[in-house]
Amino acid sequence: MTEIPNDRRYTKDHEWVREQDDGILAIGITDHAQAALGDLVFVELPVVEDAIGSGAVCAVVESVKAASDVYSPLAGTITEANTALADAPELVNSDPYGEGWLFRLRPDSPTEIEELLDNEDYARLLTELDD
Amino acid sequence: MNELKRTPLYQSHLDAGARMVDFGGWSLPVAYGSQIEEHKVVRRAVGMFDVSHMTIIDVGGDRVRPYLRWLLANDVAKLGASANGVCKALYTCMLDEVGGILDDLIVYRLGQASFRLIVNAATREKDLAWLNGHAADYSVEVVERTELAMVAVQGPRAGATVGPLLANGAAVASLAPFTARRDNDWFVARTGYTGEDGIEIMLPGARASTLWADLQARSAVACGLGARDTLRLEAGLNLYGLDMDESVTPLECGLAWTVAFTEDRPFVGREALEARRRTGVAVKQIGLILEGRGVLRSGFVVKTGAGDGTVTSGTFSPTLGRSIALARVPSEADGPCDVLIRGQARRAQTVKLPFVRNGEIKVDLETADD
Repeated sequence: MTEIPNDRRYTKDHEWVREQDDGILAIGITDHAQAALGDLVFVELPVVEDAIGSGAVCAVVESVKAASDVYSPLAGTITEANTALADAPELVNSDPYGEGWLFRLRPDSPTEIEELLDNEDYARLLTELDD
Repeated sequence: MNELKRTPLYQSHLDAGARMVDFGGWSLPVAYGSQIEEHKVVRRAVGMFDVSHMTIIDVGGDRVRPYLRWLLANDVAKLGASANGVCKALYTCMLDEVGGILDDLIVYRLGQASFRLIVNAATREKDLAWLNGHAADYSVEVVERTELAMVAVQGPRAGATVGPLLANGAAVASLAPFTARRDNDWFVARTGYTGEDGIEIMLPGARASTLWADLQARSAVACGLGARDTLRLEAGLNLYGLDMDESVTPLECGLAWTVAFTEDRPFVGREALEARRRTGVAVKQIGLILEGRGVLRSGFVVKTGAGDGTVTSGTFSPTLGRSIALARVPSEADGPCDVLIRGQARRAQTVKLPFVRNGEIKVDLETADD
């Protein structure tokens, strides 16, 4: 079964957003997303210090099967990109919620995260997709 | 939604946690875990594929030989009589009157008056209609062998893995590439679609899951369609529906070598092919290796000095660590070209196929870096 941790928020585009203690948001793709994509072979990451609008394409994950855009779930400034993925894109497959994070972002409006899906909403979304 | 067809190994795939997909109306595993790992195990050891969706058709009758010499672009006359129970196999296209490829297939000569054709799953109905449509003229009987499953065991250890599971493993071990033999009610061939040594076994569907489990116990790793596609692309082997279809002839997709222009043998499509050879063939098939990151995909535009071409199929090559592709480009095209990826022109090296054969890289990657 697909894993959906309850310590973070989700988007309809199968991304997760975890708020760190310092208010910075870590962002990645869900277990469901990595399984659907299959083996990742390239990850294109955003440039640190870039300002990103909500819903803007800011990364690309490419598997053997397909390339998929990653959208910024919130407006903000990129603080860090997971450079380990350049040599080891498979981390997104093996540990999508941990080592396979994509980038970190300082949100323009910290409360906006409340508008994203919680783990139960996201689980429901996946159930609906299955039907 | 249409009910997907299931192979006799369907439950084995589910039990193994395979990710199942709709492949031409069949529910088949795309991968069991990592498709890249599955790919690599075939290159270095042994993997197994459920290819039961492939259509097995036996054709028989006193005039079956002239029937196939008329319908197939390669010449079954090359398949000599079987000796010591060994049958020969031939790769060929089946063409329509204008030389378009109806399908590509492998034909085995089972005996004096019977042959076996392995055709694609997606082209099943079209092929059967075509074969049946010409059968009456030759009093040939066309029988689809739906009761048979087919398992492809592929990789350098394929022979050693399969041998002990057969009634006559020693005889199978000595099979040359592109030959086959019966093993009781199984039919065992030294063929495949991976660029490695391999054995394909056709057997009654009811026995398939036992064979699958026995192969697994002998360390064969279950592999899905994902690995099958990256392996065949590295091997430079065409996929019907992408690299060829009715809109192209064998001359335009790297398969001229499979057409036997034997003197005095008329065959369906021959006149069209000869006319095309006289006027010159406008396009050719090439291999591409992308420089840098990204993955070439079917439909991408290829910019050459002689005009535009198209990627017919592309993927990431686990062996090369780069993206590779088959492309159709103007015949005069030469040297490196550019491929448009998301609107960006990206450099790609043109290479002779295959990319990989028997575990070895066959292209010069250093050159591709220049």
